[in-house]
Formats: sequence, C-alpha cells, structure tokens
Amino acid sequence: MWKYVLRRLLYAIPTLLGISIIVFLVTRLAPGDPVRLYTFGALNVTEEDIQGLRAYYGLDQPLWIQYVSWITKVVRGDFGMSLQYHQPALGLLFERMGATLQLAFTALFLQLAIGIPLGVMAALRRGSWVDNVIRVFGVIGHAIPQFWLGLMAIILVSVTLRLLPSQGVLTVGKDIWDVPDRIRHIIMPSFVLALAGIANYSRYLRTETLDVISQDYVRTAHAKGLGERTVVYVHALRNALIPMVTALGGILAVLVSGALVVEQVFTWPGVGQFTYAAARSRDYPVIMAGVMVASTLLVLSYLIRDVAYAIVDPRIKVK
Amino acid sequence: MATTAVSTRRQAAQHDLAARKQRSLWRDAVWRLFRNRAAIAGLAVIVFAAFVAIFAPIIAPYSPIQQNTPKQLMEPIWTRWFGSQFTDSGYLLGSDELGRDILTRLMYGTRVSLIVGFVPVAVIFVVGASIGMVSGYVGGWVDNLLMRFTDIIYAFPDLLFVIIIVATLRGTELGTAMDGLLLIFVALAIVNWVGLARLIRGQVLSLKHREFIEAARAIGATPVRIMIRHLFPNVLAPVIVSLAFAIPGAMLTEATLSFLGIGVRPPTPTWGAMINEGFIVFQATPWPVLLPAFCISIILLAFTFVGDGLRDALDPRMKI
Repeated sequence: MWKYVLRRLLYAIPTLLGISIIVFLVTRLAPGDPVRLYTFGALNVTEEDIQGLRAYYGLDQPLWIQYVSWITKVVRGDFGMSLQYHQPALGLLFERMGATLQLAFTALFLQLAIGIPLGVMAALRRGSWVDNVIRVFGVIGHAIPQFWLGLMAIILVSVTLRLLPSQGVLTVGKDIWDVPDRIRHIIMPSFVLALAGIANYSRYLRTETLDVISQDYVRTAHAKGLGERTVVYVHALRNALIPMVTALGGILAVLVSGALVVEQVFTWPGVGQFTYAAARSRDYPVIMAGVMVASTLLVLSYLIRDVAYAIVDPRIKVK
Repeated sequence: MATTAVSTRRQAAQHDLAARKQRSLWRDAVWRLFRNRAAIAGLAVIVFAAFVAIFAPIIAPYSPIQQNTPKQLMEPIWTRWFGSQFTDSGYLLGSDELGRDILTRLMYGTRVSLIVGFVPVAVIFVVGASIGMVSGYVGGWVDNLLMRFTDIIYAFPDLLFVIIIVATLRGTELGTAMDGLLLIFVALAIVNWVGLARLIRGQVLSLKHREFIEAARAIGATPVRIMIRHLFPNVLAPVIVSLAFAIPGAMLTEATLSFLGIGVRPPTPTWGAMINEGFIVFQATPWPVLLPAFCISIILLAFTFVGDGLRDALDPRMKI
C-alpha cells in the first residue's frame, strides 16, 4: 500500500509540471503586457520606467528562461510576488483558502447529509409519490445554472425578504469569532453550491440501494428475521455506500474550483474568485499559484479516493 | 396432411426466428429509447430547439440587435390579464432594457446554445476516441506517453481551466473569431476529451484480447481496420451515453462564461448573457431574467432525459 501511495506521488510530479507548463504558455501567449496594463493612465511613467519594470519582473527574458526561473523558485516554495498587490502570491492565496474550504466543506456536508437520505428513501419506497418527487428533484437539480440560482436567492432572500446577508463571510465590523453571523452568511452560498451534488447523490444512491437490496445476502438477512431498519441501515446501506467513495474523491477539488462561480455571485473572498480576478488582470504569479494549488488538491484527492476505496472495499486490490 | 401441417408450422417457426434474428442490438436500443416517454419528450424539445435555431432569421419577428428604447422593458403579453400596464402586442414575450424583442433574442440564443453543445462535443468525440483507441490498442510506450498527457489534463480542475483559457486568450485573434465562440469551442474541447479517451482506453483494454479480435488479426486485418471495424462498434454504446451527457455540460459552461462576462461577445444574444443583463433591471421586471433561465433549464433537462434514456436503452446495467 505505501509503495503504491509513493509511486502515485511520484507520478504526480510530472503531471503537475505539465500543468504548470501549459498554464505558463497559455497566459504568456496572450498579447498585452501586465506592466503596461498596470501603468496604463498613470502620469509620469516613461518608456524607460516600463522597460525597467519589465526587467525587474523578468518579463523581458525569453519564455523558457522565465519558466526555468519560475520553477526553480517554486521548488523552494516561492511563487513570486503578485504584480497587483506586491505581496507573495502564495500567501495571498492561503489567506483566502480558509473561506473557500469553509464553503466547500459546508457544501459537501449538505450534499451527504441531504443527498444520501433522499436516495435511500426513494429506493425504499420505489414507485411511490415520494420516489417520484425525489427523482424529479434529482433531475431538475442538475438543470439549474448555479449563477442563476445564486442571484435569484439573493433577490428573494436578501433583497425582498431581508432574511440573510447577500455577500461576504462576515458583517463588516463584527468579531471574527461571531459564529451565528458567519452561519447566516454561509447558508445561501453553501446551499447553492451543494444543490447539484445533492441531486447527484440522491440519484446515485437510489440506484445503488436498489441494486443492493435485491441481492441474496439482504434476502438472507430478512429471512433470519432481522427488522427492516437493521437490514437497511446495517446490511444494505454499508454496501450501497461503497461506490460513493469514488464520487467523494474528486468532489473536494471540484467544489474548490466549482466554488468560483458561487464565490463570484456571493462576493465570497475565496481562492476561486481571486484566481479568476488574477486571470482577468494578468497577474501571472497569482494565476500560476492558484492553478498549482487547485491541481495539487485535485491530484491528492484522486489519490485519497483510490486508497480509501481499497480500504473500504477489501475486494479491490491496489497495485 | 399431418406432415404438411407440421412442416408449415416449422417453416413459420423458422420464419419467426429469422425475423427475430434481424433485430440487432441497435434496433433493440432504438426501440427501448422510443418507449421511454421522458426521452421522447426530451428529443422533441431538442428537435424543436434545432428547428428554431435553424430558422431563427425567418420566424423571428425582429432583428436580435434592433433597439427600440421607447418600448423598453415591456412585459410578456399574458401579464396584461394580471394588471400589467407595460405590455405591447408587438412584443409577445416583452422587451429588454434596450427595447430589443425578448422572443427574437431567445430564438437566436438557441443557436449559440445548440452550437456550443454540439461542436465541441464532436471535436471531443474525434480526439478522445482516436487517442483512447490508439492508446488502448497499441499499448507500450505509446500508451504510456498518451496516458501521461491525459493525466495532465485530468488533474486540471475543469471549470478553472476553461475560465483561465478564455479569460486570458480573449484578446487574441483566436478569442475574437466568431464573436468569441471559437475560443469557447477550443477551451471546452481541450478540457473534456480526456474523460472520453480514458473511457475508451479502458474498454479497448478489456476487449483487445478477446477471440473476435484475435480472429480478425489472424486473417490479416491491419491494426487500423481492427480499431475501426471491430473495436469501435463494441465501445460505441458507453461513448454515446457519455457524449449525450457532455452536451448539456458544455451548454451550462457557456452560460456560466457569459454570466462571468467572458462568453460570446455582445450584442450576440445568448441565454447566459441575457440573464446577466436582465439582473440589472430585475427590480423593474423579472421577465428578462426568468425567460432565458427557463429556456436553459428546459434544454438541459431535455438533454439529461435523452442521456438517461440512451443509457437505459443501450445498457441497463451501465452506471455513469
């Protein structure tokens, strides 16, 4: 097992290198120069100043030299200074990581806490109106664009009903440990982020549960006189949940990158929104750092998924 | 007498058997698909949308960019019976903040949505199928190389990658071609071919040592012929299903890009951009937001139903 983990981690290195090269090229291929962008309209900036700044940031070098100097610094943990904020890019991202993780984990919790019971309920009452309602929800939940749902929620809940705040993690001026205030802020964005996943899990778990409860060992459990609850929750659900581990793996990173839209809608100060802003303002170091952090998360969560899968289901062997 | 009766019955039975044999896997699948009411409803919606998209210039009452500010923010005609004073029988679904006809813009918006659904998915199909097939069948260092490359794209958070490509390359020639549509095609294709390639590779790996492939090789079929004539038809079922689900995904991404303001350039009407613009005037009237949102949801639902139907029809045991 450890050998397997180690090999996967080694494989991750060329993958991440490849990603960095692609993003480096994509961002650099675009015409336009960040120095000119940032000095645009500023008075008293001469052509010499611009050239000086370009040299300072190494932007006058050939691309491959720029890449090599970037990667040699990254190996030492230095992702360079943000062109826009004049602070270390990685530090800026980590400051925003907390907000994104809060949102992602809350959404993940909602997905599991709501999606799994819905799926099991639908499967156990197959063909009833409960099942139909849950199935319709399972399909519709997918067909609603996140940004639209978010904006509608703001208009309905915040503007019209004035129930919940529409932006940020905290009311300005409140203590950072004001938990009730934080909860009020996170309710809407986390639900909007979770919706598609809730729909997905309920569909997924419905098929899984239906699959499992028609198997022989479940019939045996019934036959030896166990109660319905014991059969479903102790015997059936455990096996129905195994494939969920696969689904769980990619979910964290998907939530982190999918949170971009929700963060944008709710002005949530997270990593996705920040990386997007950097992409629009050509803040190269921040784009690179943002992509590398997100990809590393994704690679790690794939690994965790595969290992967890092997642990949960002894029938699977990793090699 | 008796013998003829038996023989006719036998003939009839043989005839029956022959008739049944003709039903191929695909005909069975089509039959199952057509018995699925949700899938048929979805298919009907898609055909209708395609019709609207193709004939938009003929059936649309106005030009999608024709402004008429005195008639701005008209509400749909049916709100008249609920007391709205801002309706105009010239604007069946109302008008937006610049007095452009919403019905017309929705019709033209159908074009963008369908094109964004189908074109990148066609590219994904060609690229993903070729790479997956070659990687799986040839194996060895070719497989290794292609799969390492696939891993790179696979480790990229999809939406983030699309957004970065589109946001940074918008100013280039690629980004301005076809009002920005081309760049969106490219971004969607780059990100999404990986899943298909991996799917096909896996299928090919499990098939390539089966007898029918060995038989084909034994009679001297070339690798290309084996891949196209023997392997491809056998991996087609899961491929169709995964492509059917890729289409609504691409549409949703386009709408999201339009919402972020990096989609197809205005004034080309797209549903996502209409929603985005509509929110500015939402306090005055909700319809410029609600109508395109309704269209997006309906078309996404339609494709999801067809995808579900295809999956059930092609292989009831398959789970995607």
